[in-house]
Amino acid sequence: MTDEGGPDVPTVEQVNGTAVPVRGNEIDTDQIIPARFLKAVSFEGLGQFAFFDQRFDGETPLEHPFNDERFAGASVLVVNANFGCGSSREHAPQALKRWGIDAIVGESFAEIFAGNCLGLGVPTVTLSHEDVTALQEWVEEHPDDEVRVDIVTETVSVGDTAFEANVDDAQREALVEGLWDTTTLMRANQETVRETAESLPYVNLDARER
Amino acid sequence: MSERTLYDKVRERHTVRELPTGQDQLFVGLHLIHEVTSPQAFGMLDERGFEVAHPERTHATVDHIVPTANQSRPFEDEQAETMMAALEANVERAGIEFSSPDSGDQGIVHVIGPEQGLTQPGMTVVCGDSHTSTHGAFGALAFGIGTSQIRDVLATGCVAMSRQQVRQISVTGELGPGVTAKDVILAIIRELGTDGGVGYVYEYAGEAIESLGMEGRMSICNMSIEGGARAGYVNPDETTFEWLRETDAFRDDPERFERLKPYWESVRSDPDASYDDVVEIDGSALEPMVTWGTTPGQGVGITEPVPDPESLPEGRRVVAEQAQQHMRVTPGETMAGYEIDVAFLGSCTNARLVDLRAAAAVLEGRTVHPDVRGLAVPGSQRVKAAAERAGLADVFEEAGFEWRGAGCSMCLGMNEDQLVGDEACASSSNRNFVGRQGSHDGRTVLMSPPMVAAAAVTGHVTDVRELAEVSQ
Repeated sequence: MTDEGGPDVPTVEQVNGTAVPVRGNEIDTDQIIPARFLKAVSFEGLGQFAFFDQRFDGETPLEHPFNDERFAGASVLVVNANFGCGSSREHAPQALKRWGIDAIVGESFAEIFAGNCLGLGVPTVTLSHEDVTALQEWVEEHPDDEVRVDIVTETVSVGDTAFEANVDDAQREALVEGLWDTTTLMRANQETVRETAESLPYVNLDARER
Repeated sequence: MSERTLYDKVRERHTVRELPTGQDQLFVGLHLIHEVTSPQAFGMLDERGFEVAHPERTHATVDHIVPTANQSRPFEDEQAETMMAALEANVERAGIEFSSPDSGDQGIVHVIGPEQGLTQPGMTVVCGDSHTSTHGAFGALAFGIGTSQIRDVLATGCVAMSRQQVRQISVTGELGPGVTAKDVILAIIRELGTDGGVGYVYEYAGEAIESLGMEGRMSICNMSIEGGARAGYVNPDETTFEWLRETDAFRDDPERFERLKPYWESVRSDPDASYDDVVEIDGSALEPMVTWGTTPGQGVGITEPVPDPESLPEGRRVVAEQAQQHMRVTPGETMAGYEIDVAFLGSCTNARLVDLRAAAAVLEGRTVHPDVRGLAVPGSQRVKAAAERAGLADVFEEAGFEWRGAGCSMCLGMNEDQLVGDEACASSSNRNFVGRQGSHDGRTVLMSPPMVAAAAVTGHVTDVRELAEVSQ
């Protein structure tokens, strides 16, 4: 859907691709993208800095799935619990997306992070602890095989196995219907915005009072 | 209609309509912006050819990258200068008020909003910063957003938000000596977990909360996000109103104050409000808290032993083991005696006048340990000026602390204030994540301002209550 100046918003029903497992609970957004890489006025070029301090000790590469050739080109990231906690920096999902990640499957996600992913059309899909563990092991063993993340049926499948997944209702609706560009959605309601604002005792739109 | 919480009331008053996704489109009463998360949003706005819909409801400051030593322009750090210049250009073009360093009003976004009376009860407040929950201390519905959402707010004056559940956290009793708001929130996060609040707004209530001043309430609401809750609030009361009366927004306009007060009172949770969950914590049983690990949920009382990872719920064990390795702490021992290299007093959690006063009270007549570097970083230029007028700056300097300019500073090390190598830092900030303070090997121990002061004096983590006894 489009409106004046609004972009075409693609629907996201499925993400299929090879996967990369990044294990560990409580991986915060400072780990995903350290603050020093936020010193820029655009998101360009952030992909190379994803998980940077886990991937490099100074110049020396460390063992990390994002450094592992086997997982190069992966588009599905498989993580554990409370992924993306901490800072609200959208730089975190921006870095992952620019590295090539189009969907994230995990045990649980921090709320602001999941919202930021949705703003980029990147689904955050949850599975049980057992299923995430099984999926991570499967990916380790089958780095070249496809993982299919289906937002409509709420399943994550590999080979002949389908894991029952959960997608937040609003997120599913937004992705499947192509409604995840909230600027476009909300601009359609300009008149009602004015009415709501004027009904608030602390707002005086005419006086432009704070 | 009764039985409603503050969250219900404020959300309903600000709902423009339900979006087809089921989310609510909420009108934003106050949009705070800063230099790190807003420039990309202005860029997106330009791409679509949109103007800022409500510049009069938007307010800017510079905090994350601002130097706290020499703030003269151009900044020495070229990247910082670029970001500052971008912010200046954006606010100038859109007609957004800017608390710039020249104004004397600059400071951390979550310090200046409340200080200037921009933050008011019953408002929706958003900012591209997870610690926006701070403003909930005033009975506002306040939460952090990402940059694409900043674009939404700039373009429409609104934000899309899923409905939350409400958990009331009642802290009963009276806090003991040496126990502060910071200890309360660290105890809450330990109890409920760093993800316990996902999907919830936290309502902080009970005698121990109500008896806190606004600064203490802000410290607590500030760290809601460390417990996974995107927003936290305290119902507004006389303490709130007294603070507001003295701010720029109302000092010279008592009529406006009286006009808005009934609204502020009306948004309080009803006495019979229904909550999705209620948790009670005995405030009188709390002691000063310190963290031993690398998440804010990994805290203990200062006399309690660091837990054995095996004793923790399964999902927390590996994280605990890794944290203990990083921090070099031993289960079974208390954190008292843990040597520190740096003492950092600052951040949006604990850099207000009350915080500095509490730390100065400990430092008075004492000196910083020779192996410790002490940094005192006021939350705003106004806090700094007030602290200087009150003689607190002298106390810090005489004790051996560096007295610096206002900004986020060593909370996240985006300016020159960073840990080096594996330095350990007693910090009044909010996050002890690995690498957070600018060095990947750095070690952060979170605690209250008086506890930071005590550690600065002895050179190791210290029970401030014992330090007080020694001196008496």
